[in-house]
Amino acid sequence: MAYEAVIGLEVHAQLLTESKIFCGCSAVFGGEPNTHTCPVCTGMPGSLPVLNRKAVEFAIKMALATNCEIAPHSLFARKNYFYPDLPKGYQISQYELPLATKGYVEIPTADGGKKRVRITRIHMEEDAGKLFHDEDGPFSYVDFNRTGVPLLEIVSEPDLRTPKEAADYLRVLRAILQYLEICDGNMEEGSLRCDANVSVRPMGAQTLGIRAEVKNMNSFRHVERALAYEIERQNKVLEQGDEVVQETRLWDPQKGITDSMRGKEEAHDYRYFPDPDLVPLAISPKWIEEVRKGLPELPLERKDRFVQQYHIPEYDAGIITSSKALADYYEECVRLFPEPKQVSNWIMGDLLRLLKEDDREVEDCPLAPQQLAEMLGLIKDGIISGKIAKAVFEEMYKSGKGARDVVQEQGLVQITDEDALSAIVEEVLTAHSQEVDAYKKGKEKLFGFFVGQVMKATQGKANPRLVNEILQKKLR
Amino acid sequence: MKIEIGEVEYVGRLARLKLSEEEKELFTVQLNAILDYMEKLNELDTSAVEPTFHVVSHRNTVREDEMRKSYPQEASLENAPDKAKGCFRVPKII
Repeated sequence: MAYEAVIGLEVHAQLLTESKIFCGCSAVFGGEPNTHTCPVCTGMPGSLPVLNRKAVEFAIKMALATNCEIAPHSLFARKNYFYPDLPKGYQISQYELPLATKGYVEIPTADGGKKRVRITRIHMEEDAGKLFHDEDGPFSYVDFNRTGVPLLEIVSEPDLRTPKEAADYLRVLRAILQYLEICDGNMEEGSLRCDANVSVRPMGAQTLGIRAEVKNMNSFRHVERALAYEIERQNKVLEQGDEVVQETRLWDPQKGITDSMRGKEEAHDYRYFPDPDLVPLAISPKWIEEVRKGLPELPLERKDRFVQQYHIPEYDAGIITSSKALADYYEECVRLFPEPKQVSNWIMGDLLRLLKEDDREVEDCPLAPQQLAEMLGLIKDGIISGKIAKAVFEEMYKSGKGARDVVQEQGLVQITDEDALSAIVEEVLTAHSQEVDAYKKGKEKLFGFFVGQVMKATQGKANPRLVNEILQKKLR
Repeated sequence: MKIEIGEVEYVGRLARLKLSEEEKELFTVQLNAILDYMEKLNELDTSAVEPTFHVVSHRNTVREDEMRKSYPQEASLENAPDKAKGCFRVPKII
């Protein structure tokens, strides 16, 4: 039987506020352990939380950018459970009345279209602390610096069908968060986190299968790999006539498998109730409009602008603007070398290919826009050919050197000296007198062969236009 | 009886409370009395009453996003039953 997967994602985004959500401690990543802490975030008796206005504003921004309805009233609730990273014995979150509901984003489909992924809800909550474990000793260590850092939890409907769609959805969310400048989107450092609810069902079925929750996927690649593994695992379970167990499973990137947390999981009974220490949040239409006015250009708007302003294909514009960092990179290159189509060709081709091979994000691109612009200048001035440029590009990417330096060091300057080239052409033709005869008898497609031989003799450094001219003259 | 002793034990477990057999009996009776009282309140027609989100009528008590001085590490760890490496130390939980 053919099965289809049904995936929903729960995404947690750390907000880039200066201070924590309910107290004035620094919300910045890192610091000596337990130095960004105070009685409020460590849950000392008698301390009272006060909501950070900026965190609410950021949440409203995200809600607007994802087409959500913003609740006029929302409430903070206590989610009760015991774990050493949670000093109060509860996490302040939102439950019955979340800040925003019923939104959607669009993800690109393989056929060039769009697919709408519905967002169930977006709510605000506080992050928990961080745990370190002894390698072999009997202890764990708790650092509460992260406790109380504001988070948005963004919950999707089970609209995703493949690991690729899940990763694409996550990319779209990250792009929006980064464009809004409310989250840095760093999955490795954990400022963007993702859990997935996965189930499979017979193709075409309407009811949902039993789901497993997959955690611990801290890069886009891991999300795709973990989901692919989990779907395959569930398919096998069903094919054997067994039932999927509803449970939490951890992705193990080393082994490439998801594994049951068996028993380590707490009962999912959080006994939510409204937090009496926090008054309800009432978001007025006026506040929403104020925030709306301050919204920056979002990915789709920027894409449309790129098509209009730079006359690049919609497809290219879509890919380049799908990451704020990449779009910024592109615009910086175009500013330095104002031939937008050329720039987009190199970014879409060689740059993205090299980044993908290295499994790197644009943020960590070793090649600065200045280097790419400098190289494009060299092509334009006829100093290097487009073909040589590819080698220059890779060398710059690898070594971080400037275009001119690479060209000089490796002697890649294009041969544009007509006499020098003529001599080389002459040698090639002498060496291939049979082909020359055949050509002269009408086998004209050998022309390309001669060009190729000259290029080979010059290690690709001959100016192609000049080679053509000389060959045509000599073969007449 | 709305709740049985088993539910008292379950709630006790969730709250990490160690309850004696006498206490379990006692709390079962007491919790049922509370639920009975709620039942009584439910007899009132509240269809025309706005839900009470909070007992005080304030809304939006917020602060600006300004960083304030945190406690020094020693102060944060002062009441910790066990500490090391600048952290609260707990039995291994992995």
